[in-house]
Amino acid sequence: MAMAAAEIERFIKEALPDARVEIRDLAGDGNHYAATVMSAAFKGMSRVQQHQMVYASLKGRMGGELHALALTTSVLEN
Amino acid sequence: MTDIAKWIDNEVKSNDVVLFMKGTPDMPMCGFSGKATQILNHMGVPFKGINVLDSDEIRQGIKDYTNWPTVPQLYVKGEFVGGSDIMMEMFQSGELKQLLAEKAIA
Repeated sequence: MAMAAAEIERFIKEALPDARVEIRDLAGDGNHYAATVMSAAFKGMSRVQQHQMVYASLKGRMGGELHALALTTSVLEN
Repeated sequence: MTDIAKWIDNEVKSNDVVLFMKGTPDMPMCGFSGKATQILNHMGVPFKGINVLDSDEIRQGIKDYTNWPTVPQLYVKGEFVGGSDIMMEMFQSGELKQLLAEKAIA
């Protein structure tokens, strides 16, 4: 099972409406992505907590139908 | 706590550095686990590798234990540090070295 980049972005933005999301398809197979997510909601959170928020937005797909999503998160400053 | 959670809890608390991974430190079975192993080896950090492919119970149990959906997972002195992306970021920024020094490992 694969997931489209646009779909991943939609899930993340649903949970983090202010997020700036960039997604790259690493292998061109719709199964290995790298995502950069910036959001003001990450402020004060550890990296682990930031990643957990992104994973939560994908509602269980991470590690399942989405095999690989290399993740980089950072705080979006206004 | 379930039996598997208790077992994991004991492993991460009784070993200084534990990496839950696919495959073994000598033969990682996934690129992300390989990357995590390389970082620790490069830093000369002794660690215990636990192969989640040995048991479905461990494979699922470790995801539930940390609320983290993927493997590898690095633990230092019982504390979850992150997956391979966070390890790489912390390695490159020097934070991983600092963390290990603070915890008096390597």
